[in-house]
Amino acid sequence: MSPLLLGVGEEGQTDITLLASSASTDSICQNGSGLKERNYMGLSDCSSVDSSAVSSLSEEKKNNLNLKATELRLGLPGSQSPERDPEIFLMSSAKLDEKPLFPLLPSNDGFCPLSQKIVVSGNKRVFSDAMDGFSEVRSSVFTEGNWLFPTAGPDSETAQSVTQGKFPVSSGINVMLPSKPTPNSGVKSISLKENSGAQPATMKEIVPPKVLQERPRAANETSHNHRSAANNNSSAPAAKAQVVGWPPVRSFRKNTLAVTSRNNDEVDGKPGPGTLFIKVSMDGAPYLRKVDLRTYTAYQELSSALEKMFSCFTIGQCGSHGVPGKEILSESKLRDLLHGSEYVLTYEDKDGDWMLVGDVPWEMFIDSCKRMRIMKSSDAIGLVLTSGKRLTVNTALETPREQELASVNRKIAFRPAIQMGNNPWQGGKTQEGNQVKSREESGHLRTGGASRGLDAHLIM
Amino acid sequence: MNYFPEEVLEPVFDFLSSNRDRNAVSLVCKSWFRVDRWSRQRVFIGNCYAVRPERLIARFPRVRALILKGKPHFADFNLVPHDWGGFFYPWIEAMAKSYSGLEELRLKRMVVSDESLELLSRSFPNFKSLVLVSCEGFSTDGLAAIAANCRLLRELDLQENEVEDHRGQWLSCFPDSCTSLISLNFACLKGEVNLVALERLVARCPNLRSLRLNRTVPLDMLQKILLRAPQLEDLGTGSYVKDPNSEPYIKLVNTVLNCKSVRSLSGFLEVSPHCLPAIYPMCLNLTSLNLSYASGIRDTDLIKLIHHCWKLQRLWILDFIGDEGLEVVASTCKELQELRVFPSDLYGVGNAAVTEEGLVAISKGCLKLHSLLYFCQQMTNAALITVAKNCPNFTLFRLCILDPTRADHLTLQPLDEGFGAIVQSCKGLRRLSLSGLLTDQVFHYIGMYAEQLEMLSIAFAGEGDKGMLYVLNGCKNLRKLEIRDCPFGDAALLMDVGKYETMRSLWMSACEVTLGGCKVLAKKMPMLNVEIINEKDQMEENLDDSLKVEKMYLYRTLDGPRRDAPDFVWNL
Repeated sequence: MSPLLLGVGEEGQTDITLLASSASTDSICQNGSGLKERNYMGLSDCSSVDSSAVSSLSEEKKNNLNLKATELRLGLPGSQSPERDPEIFLMSSAKLDEKPLFPLLPSNDGFCPLSQKIVVSGNKRVFSDAMDGFSEVRSSVFTEGNWLFPTAGPDSETAQSVTQGKFPVSSGINVMLPSKPTPNSGVKSISLKENSGAQPATMKEIVPPKVLQERPRAANETSHNHRSAANNNSSAPAAKAQVVGWPPVRSFRKNTLAVTSRNNDEVDGKPGPGTLFIKVSMDGAPYLRKVDLRTYTAYQELSSALEKMFSCFTIGQCGSHGVPGKEILSESKLRDLLHGSEYVLTYEDKDGDWMLVGDVPWEMFIDSCKRMRIMKSSDAIGLVLTSGKRLTVNTALETPREQELASVNRKIAFRPAIQMGNNPWQGGKTQEGNQVKSREESGHLRTGGASRGLDAHLIM
Repeated sequence: MNYFPEEVLEPVFDFLSSNRDRNAVSLVCKSWFRVDRWSRQRVFIGNCYAVRPERLIARFPRVRALILKGKPHFADFNLVPHDWGGFFYPWIEAMAKSYSGLEELRLKRMVVSDESLELLSRSFPNFKSLVLVSCEGFSTDGLAAIAANCRLLRELDLQENEVEDHRGQWLSCFPDSCTSLISLNFACLKGEVNLVALERLVARCPNLRSLRLNRTVPLDMLQKILLRAPQLEDLGTGSYVKDPNSEPYIKLVNTVLNCKSVRSLSGFLEVSPHCLPAIYPMCLNLTSLNLSYASGIRDTDLIKLIHHCWKLQRLWILDFIGDEGLEVVASTCKELQELRVFPSDLYGVGNAAVTEEGLVAISKGCLKLHSLLYFCQQMTNAALITVAKNCPNFTLFRLCILDPTRADHLTLQPLDEGFGAIVQSCKGLRRLSLSGLLTDQVFHYIGMYAEQLEMLSIAFAGEGDKGMLYVLNGCKNLRKLEIRDCPFGDAALLMDVGKYETMRSLWMSACEVTLGGCKVLAKKMPMLNVEIINEKDQMEENLDDSLKVEKMYLYRTLDGPRRDAPDFVWNL
């Protein structure tokens, strides 16, 4: 960082303060809109938006926000159970097709943008990559360059030196950062970057001519300072991400594809890019829900998400069973209800057969699942597992990722006890016009684990 | 040669289709100039500020077809302020008075108002063809005027325009007497169209060859249209979404079997991948396939589709195809001449799904390839050298590495040698876009080898003035040079100012060029317009000459400084 640049940075300080404060005051609405946009763009740069919003708030405020965000999510069908393991919590909440209004929480910076990305990416490939990456470097900071996060490693150093050679001013922004009100130095510069990236016009207005004049590479800097800012803190690929006009994709194309992705997300049952929406019904629930199977990587995640989505209906049921009303009903009670043998998660496969969820490896399930139904286990009597074996989660898990998840959270939702009995589906009089295959022997099925190699197809 | 009477010369000149040849012919002698003047029917103006409409009309009084371009190319990427200029109205106003025989108009990157379209629709009784590419400023009301008043209209082609969509009724403004349509493309419109009117229009235009629908036209209607117009050669689908078990889809499957003429297919903005098998029979004959907006077709669906398209000459696709998919393209599409792989990640943050491997595979399999636009994650010199060796016929080579300064990821070297190999072996290269980590060495190669190069786009490259000088001194045929974020300064800009008179335009943004340098240039070259685009709120007088200019656009002109420049554009 040359002395000249330092001087420049200081001169620019006031402006940047302005910028930063605007960022903090507007962060919430910006964030909201940004998030919305991201949702249909399906792009990963969004992660920076969230961090920026978060970073421009004070630590205390952050905590408040944190709570607030949780509350908000509680309001939504995919709401969060506080006692849930934080990791699972982030994972699953991020994956609900209902996007949380607030971005992910700053509790684990390396992690938040990741799950955010999973939410928005809409891209199968990216998604799986991200998941792998997550399981490997979960606790450390991302260095892949896709994430706009500070990388302290030697990699970023190299990238930085390369780019700094190219863009001598790249350090200017860093100097200005201290004027920002946020104490969170980790994400600070990203915040700035985000601002200029998402709203280049605003940025331009804010930076006054004076700065322009006196900065050695003023034009470059002002029109692309997000790049410079990022250069200081993250590896080069991410740094270039939000340069105006780069990559050179026509704005018309960007807009059109944005609308397309959004539509694909919104239109009922339509397979959007990288999404696999299927309908989920629940006995007794007044409406269907749609979930995007591609946002889950294992049965656990799916079941906990569904659990949250439909818990409201079991609450109602509680009332009818004489259990005290909603307001007193604790989360744990709620889960107990769900965990009780009340409900079975079933799905219709490609062939139109109704199966118990968990009977085939996850990937196979993703390929074949047409829709799901959470049925009362009393109705599902007859849907049974061959040998009565219990699946043990660890052995059945397929990937390190799943194993990790399982070890973190062994809890499996929708663990129904299936009993022998009359099968109301027999005789082909099912509501769906499809028949349920069942097995003759009775047993318990744990739907949480993937059971590779276990032939759990249920034959009528 | 003056002994040839003009009546003889004129039909001879008519055989010269290229504007460049006509220009040369008109310079031979006064007589030839005169003959060319009265017989020139097609005019191309690459920059609407290079000449005034009155001058065009005086020079060529009998023009029937005009191609006119407005904003600089970088406007596509939001580098040119929205209200920079490029207005069509002065042109249509002048032509309405003088060009009663105008039949065809093609506009690119211009601001076209509804008023202009209205005037256009009423001024030329023989008007036949309107093509608008990347234009803005008009609404469906203007289109309604065109539809209602241009009774002989054959072609209405709207490509990637920003159109304000008031309502879908414009389509019903085509009178019942309109049966002449050959081409209708409204894929860029966002709003709904009147489906009944659409179906009736298609039904009464027996010569319709090209039809591109927008996303609001459902699959049911596509089926009805194909039933009415099995002669279509160029089809753009609307929303291609249906349950594969539904009746309309099954009908479509049968209807497509009768559409044996379709050679070009596009659309699929919204798509149910399960419905794609319906179009497989079409694929066998396709020479052109544009799936660059079909973000719903991915992975295996995409590859399955490509397997059927073995006659393709042009393929535009999103990078969902992946390197593996490109290998399938390479082994399937042996006739491929033009390939564009667009990024699905529009902001270049995440991973592009294709790399150098896909490109190398293509170059091995598609030996006829001569035009490439490729957005990728990474590139190596070795890959580019292989590509250059395999496909020496490139005339257009645009490579975009999403991280614009990324080095060869294997050797960590700049990509100079790779691009050097491209310019060295592709002798016919006319258009080149660079990206990745590049030093001045690459410009050395370009200056040395790219003799036919007409347009060069540079971003985030070079080390100093030398780089730009290599290009200016070397590329004798260079017409358009656009540079952003490169350390090129006044020394490079001012070294050979005469060069700019041989070029159409030079764009430099975020470079090292100063205001003083631009002033010197403007003073030396009165035939050039030097525009400084400065969106900061600054007073021109107060500025120091040493200030670096944010954006500079310079172009040759016969017209002097333009008069419609907004405040932030300074004509030096």
